[in-house]
Amino acid sequence: MKVVFERPKSLQPTKTHYCPGCGHGVIHRLVAEVMDELGIQDKTIGVAPVGCAVLAYNYFDCDMQQAAHGRAPAVATGIKRALPDRVVFTYQGDGDLAAIGTAEIVHAAARGENITVIFVNNAIYGMTGGQMAPTTLVGQKTETSPYGRDPQMAGYPIRVCEMLATLDGPSFLARAELTDVKNINKAKSYIKKAFEMQLLGKGFSLVEILSPCPTNWGMKPKDAVDWVKNEMVKVFPPGVFKEPKEG
Amino acid sequence: MEKVLMKGNEALAEAAIRAGCKCFFGYPITPQSELPAYLAREMPKRGGVFLQAESEVAAINMVYGAAGAGVRVMTSSSSPGISLKQEGISYLCGAELPCVIVNIMRGGPGLGDIQPAQSDYFQATRGGGHGDYRTIVLAPSSVQELVDLVYDAFDLADMYRNPVLILGDGILGQMMEPVVFKERPARQLPPKDWATTGKMGRQKTNVINSLYLDPIKLEEHNLKLFKKYQEIEAKEARYEILNGDDAEYFVVAYGICARIAHAAVEMAREDGIKVGLIRPITLWPYPKKAFEEVLPKAKAFLTVELSLGQMVEDVKLSVEGRAPVYFYGRTGGMVPTAEEIFEEIKKMRGLS
Repeated sequence: MKVVFERPKSLQPTKTHYCPGCGHGVIHRLVAEVMDELGIQDKTIGVAPVGCAVLAYNYFDCDMQQAAHGRAPAVATGIKRALPDRVVFTYQGDGDLAAIGTAEIVHAAARGENITVIFVNNAIYGMTGGQMAPTTLVGQKTETSPYGRDPQMAGYPIRVCEMLATLDGPSFLARAELTDVKNINKAKSYIKKAFEMQLLGKGFSLVEILSPCPTNWGMKPKDAVDWVKNEMVKVFPPGVFKEPKEG
Repeated sequence: MEKVLMKGNEALAEAAIRAGCKCFFGYPITPQSELPAYLAREMPKRGGVFLQAESEVAAINMVYGAAGAGVRVMTSSSSPGISLKQEGISYLCGAELPCVIVNIMRGGPGLGDIQPAQSDYFQATRGGGHGDYRTIVLAPSSVQELVDLVYDAFDLADMYRNPVLILGDGILGQMMEPVVFKERPARQLPPKDWATTGKMGRQKTNVINSLYLDPIKLEEHNLKLFKKYQEIEAKEARYEILNGDDAEYFVVAYGICARIAHAAVEMAREDGIKVGLIRPITLWPYPKKAFEEVLPKAKAFLTVELSLGQMVEDVKLSVEGRAPVYFYGRTGGMVPTAEEIFEEIKKMRGLS
């Protein structure tokens, strides 16, 4: 009998702690499928963040390091410089990457550090219970913006791909939305492209994925997906922000 | 063996390369800047990595990554920069990663100044960051000893899977002295089979981590660390006693301060005072044994530091009230003269 669907080899045979309707499980799977397809599982080292994906080291079947909050790009830099022929990726959320780890991500990108970053943007801090994130939308209610994010008080969301696209270091920057099959496949094609850039030695690559967080948004899973589609994409337009010129 | 005249910071850098340091990550700060400059020049020529990080925080986390990948790695800084690295040092200890961290101390608190100081003693010997942990702390007092201790630092780090701090000061980093880079036989060290190198055919994944959500597991982990620290305390404490044979009084000083104190001891000797010098070489583990050795004949101790009194607490903990412990220190980058210390030795004799 032909196998038409199976667990990627690069994922551990275990349950995850993620909430129902959370995007992390799907994104883990996409990364693992790409690792399988590129045949890089054995030479890949992943770096887990602080946040909901902190336990990613239990889920990916490859060597992993767990980094301090926001420091994953620096940790990945250390690994990649020590072992330049290995594949190194970080997996980070919005608080980790765009708030406490802003310096690390900007400078890893500016150096053109030959690593791949999977950036999960769900516009909220999940693990700590739903506080305002650097990517929280204007007006969005969270535990620490209970009246809605007020730009007078709390400023505006950071667009990471657009910001990093001003730098010369990155080889590939793209944003996808985790909303339907078409867009999930697009996210996977971006992730694959990002790892391919690293394998070609082209330098820093990052894929931002707009991902639902039904638990902390206080929504049903389907409504959360609709909110990504209807609200988040208005602030964070999907697309490719930087890629190598053909030829 | 050829003798060369070198600045402390540069000799340290050269010793690190010879000790097999493959990666260096750092951020510019006075008075240690010659060290990264030397490595920026030499590492690319000798198969190593030099990278100037965007911050002290990034540098120590790059150290974490490279240490976790199984290579010998070092960072260096000075007091305010070492404060910034404390988060990373806590993680390195939690994840049991070997590395060497150099602190060429300057005056504090805050931005302080760029003159020599020893006021980071508490930070270095009590952990410094959050959590139940220890780092091995080595305190050289000459450029030659600085060089020799760099090799030991890398070996101790690998032996115990623990960060090792080299605690120097602005004088030691800046002064020039003749040094010999001795060839040393490689020590038998445990294999780094825990390193995240990619599975490369290995069945099980290697994970570098300091998170133990279950308190039962974290307590187990911390007790395992504690056992390791006890072993280090039992085996690795080092010290030197000078002019100790017939001494009735003892000056206790480390690093550059011990050099000055030794000159004061010599002056006191000429004056007929039977005084010796205890020079701790490891600050953690603290060499309590040195005090046991001299306590039967010691009438009093005088601790001298470039601080307002930090190591003196360890001296008191070692002496346990069995003799008076006096203190003399200068702070903020001021350095006592041998004459000043000599005066304090005379006072000690008068008081006890």
